Amino acid sequence: MSALLALEAVEARYGPVQALRGVSLEVDEGSVVAVLGANGAGKTTTLRAVSGTVRRTGEITFAGKPLRGGPEAVARAGIAHVPEGRGTFTELTVVENLKLGAYTRRERSLKADIDRVAEWFPWIPARGGQPAGTLSGGEQQMLAVARALMARPRLLMLDEPSLGLAPMIVREIFRIVRELNEKEGLTVLVVEQDARIALRTASTAYVLEVGRVAVSGPSGELRENESVRRSYLGY
Amino acid sequence: MADFMQQVVAGLASGSIYASLALALVLIHRATGVINFAQGEMATFSTYIAWTLTTNHGWNYWPAFAATLVVSFVGGAAIHQGIIRPNEKGSVLRVVIVTIGLLLALNGLVTLIWSGEVRAVPSPFPTRTIEIAGVAISIQDIGTIGVVLATVVVLWLLFQYTRIGLAMRAAAVNPAEARLVGVRVAWMLSLGWGLAAVLGAISGMLAAPSLFLDPNLMAALLIYAFAAAVLGGIDSPLGAVVGGLTLGVGLNLIGTYVDFVGADLRLPVALLVILVVLLVKPSGIFGKTEVKRV
Amino acid sequence: MSRSRALAPVVAFVVLAVVVAVLPSFVSAFRAQQLAYVAIYLVALLGLNILTGYTGQISLGHGAFMAIGGYTTAILMTDHGVKDVWTIPLAGLVAGIVGFLFGIPALRLSGLYLALATFAVAVSMPAVIKRFEGFTGGGGGINLFGVPELTASLTPVTVLGRELTFNDWIYYLCWTIALVGYVVAWLLVRGRTGRAFRAVRDSESAAQSAGVSLASYKTLAFGVSAAYAGVAGSLFAIATTFVNPDTFPVALSILLLVGVVVGGLGSLAGLIAGAVFIQFLPIWSQEVSKSPGAPAVVSGVVLIALMFVLPMGFAGLVDRLRALTKR
Repeated sequence: MSALLALEAVEARYGPVQALRGVSLEVDEGSVVAVLGANGAGKTTTLRAVSGTVRRTGEITFAGKPLRGGPEAVARAGIAHVPEGRGTFTELTVVENLKLGAYTRRERSLKADIDRVAEWFPWIPARGGQPAGTLSGGEQQMLAVARALMARPRLLMLDEPSLGLAPMIVREIFRIVRELNEKEGLTVLVVEQDARIALRTASTAYVLEVGRVAVSGPSGELRENESVRRSYLGY
Repeated sequence: MADFMQQVVAGLASGSIYASLALALVLIHRATGVINFAQGEMATFSTYIAWTLTTNHGWNYWPAFAATLVVSFVGGAAIHQGIIRPNEKGSVLRVVIVTIGLLLALNGLVTLIWSGEVRAVPSPFPTRTIEIAGVAISIQDIGTIGVVLATVVVLWLLFQYTRIGLAMRAAAVNPAEARLVGVRVAWMLSLGWGLAAVLGAISGMLAAPSLFLDPNLMAALLIYAFAAAVLGGIDSPLGAVVGGLTLGVGLNLIGTYVDFVGADLRLPVALLVILVVLLVKPSGIFGKTEVKRV
Repeated sequence: MSRSRALAPVVAFVVLAVVVAVLPSFVSAFRAQQLAYVAIYLVALLGLNILTGYTGQISLGHGAFMAIGGYTTAILMTDHGVKDVWTIPLAGLVAGIVGFLFGIPALRLSGLYLALATFAVAVSMPAVIKRFEGFTGGGGGINLFGVPELTASLTPVTVLGRELTFNDWIYYLCWTIALVGYVVAWLLVRGRTGRAFRAVRDSESAAQSAGVSLASYKTLAFGVSAAYAGVAGSLFAIATTFVNPDTFPVALSILLLVGVVVGGLGSLAGLIAGAVFIQFLPIWSQEVSKSPGAPAVVSGVVLIALMFVLPMGFAGLVDRLRALTKR
């Protein structure tokens, strides 16, 4: 299996603050990779570096080609980034959110796409006309994932999907992520604070500390390594 | 009663002119968070283009109208791309100063190219009246209302039912997230400026026959448009239209039936409207009260 | 702070004062008159800067406060026989009180809404002045020329042993007040008040939770800036010896805001450049071309270009130079 996404020595800063000090990681096609670490370790910045939301130096390769440009170009390349805080268009309706998800797609078989997405989130068609802001936090998170799926991405990037959600809903979301990966072969890169559930879903994990990769490896190994768990993952 | 109806219709006509320009201001404010002080001068410039096409080059009215809209659209988008966009990252005041500079430059340019003399502009609509339910209504008034109404409907269809309209709405409310789904936000904002310029041009071309054409055509109109936009809610397109119509009818009725307020006190009344609304409910009729994010 | 750094602004100020004092001997009387107006604009800009640069409240209506100051002076001189110099602080006081009172409802408005409200005030001011004819002399205005309370208007006045013509007297009067105003503003923004102002600008909610009383500082800023504008308006009336409703049009309010932004928000040194800019831009534009409309085009283009080249205003240029010399 080859790496769909590869980062090499990526650095990024916010003004005078250096957020990433040389991050290297790989995401194989068809796998789920987790990026873990404490607050401020640089997890969100890593995703932002990929999607071009923040300026960075270093090499990023996607599907064998160098990845360049801002978020618009990255979206067109086939990467769907669900940002921290979901990024749903709260003033627009559920259906309009989905339509925007498919914005980059040339062939516009919208109905078929929405039907497909409805298989994963059956509650969506009934609530299509509702403003997205009236959905609950968990529903908005699921809508954000559904919107990302509308683009038929090769890589789905999720930033802290568990943020502000009840444990039961978090489990449901990660179940869907795992099934999407198993049944449709969707490659997923997920940033998470909740290391436990992330390690159960992902096959590989990278743990960031102060802008660098401190530990990485198959998630099974990391889970079993008590010192890693205590020092980096908090349990 | 007949007199009253005439005043209402006349008020709706001037109100639609305010509404058109107010809608332009709202469009730009929603998309880029900026008050475009040059909106009036852009509209004046467009009106002069229409005038010169018909008078100096012998075009017929409606083809000149259409051509002016196209030129205005391109001009508005170009102004955003070339002048506004590089300054967007700075403070709000920077962009305000830029629009003020634009106001000065366009005002001067109009005088430079076409001279400051006041000109009479023929109306595309016949100046006679027709009888509706026993009341004599001016065809020009009906025509004005009709043109603005048609424009508003077309814009509404554009925003609600087209892919690009959806993208523009997304770019206006959530530019960062819109980028993530692949929307080229900068282009959407330029599109917004282009459409606003079109709205302004329509305003100017409809106002010119009654107000006469001179470089300061839109100066007072801009203030009425501000009042309409503030009244309706500076981020609400519906508010701009309702605000404009309300203001037009209101000013007309007050001017006719309240002796204290003559024709030349309409402007201060409009300003009073701005102040009162800002003091009582700054977000206007249709605006949402801002929740300040900590 | 090292001694040399603390001393630098003082030295610069002294140099400025000396230059101002001797300049009239080197330039024509006409130029000196123009420079007097630079001082007047500087006073107004100092005030507006406190409001917009330090507490972040945008005002497009400070011409109206200048009008209040100017008319106060004119009325006091003609109807009540007050000597022109004594009307200046009174004009400042009246304008300051009005500004403070305006600042109270203005608390509810932010950003663009405040800009629109002040803009509305500025636009309506000429009409309001005309309305209260009995008081203000209506459209005809008030003439101060030849009024005995106007210093040096009929005969030269003797100051510090030197005989000054009207022109020179105005120059020194305006600049003295401008320099005093500069020092006062400098002291104001250096101290606790200034820090509170800046806290309000940078983050209102943070300032509030730190115990800074938002309301009092914001209205204080309005009052102080209006007082400065009132003094400027008073000087304007004295210098032009005439006020009427069109002396303080809305264009003036816009010009003041331009001056503050071009000078550099939140900085005092840049304001001198800002005052020079707004006084001389119309004049330079005319020198480029006199065709009707051309000066406006030139002014507009220069304004736009400046925002590209000097986004932080002239103060930004000063900062950059300072950064270079520190290396």
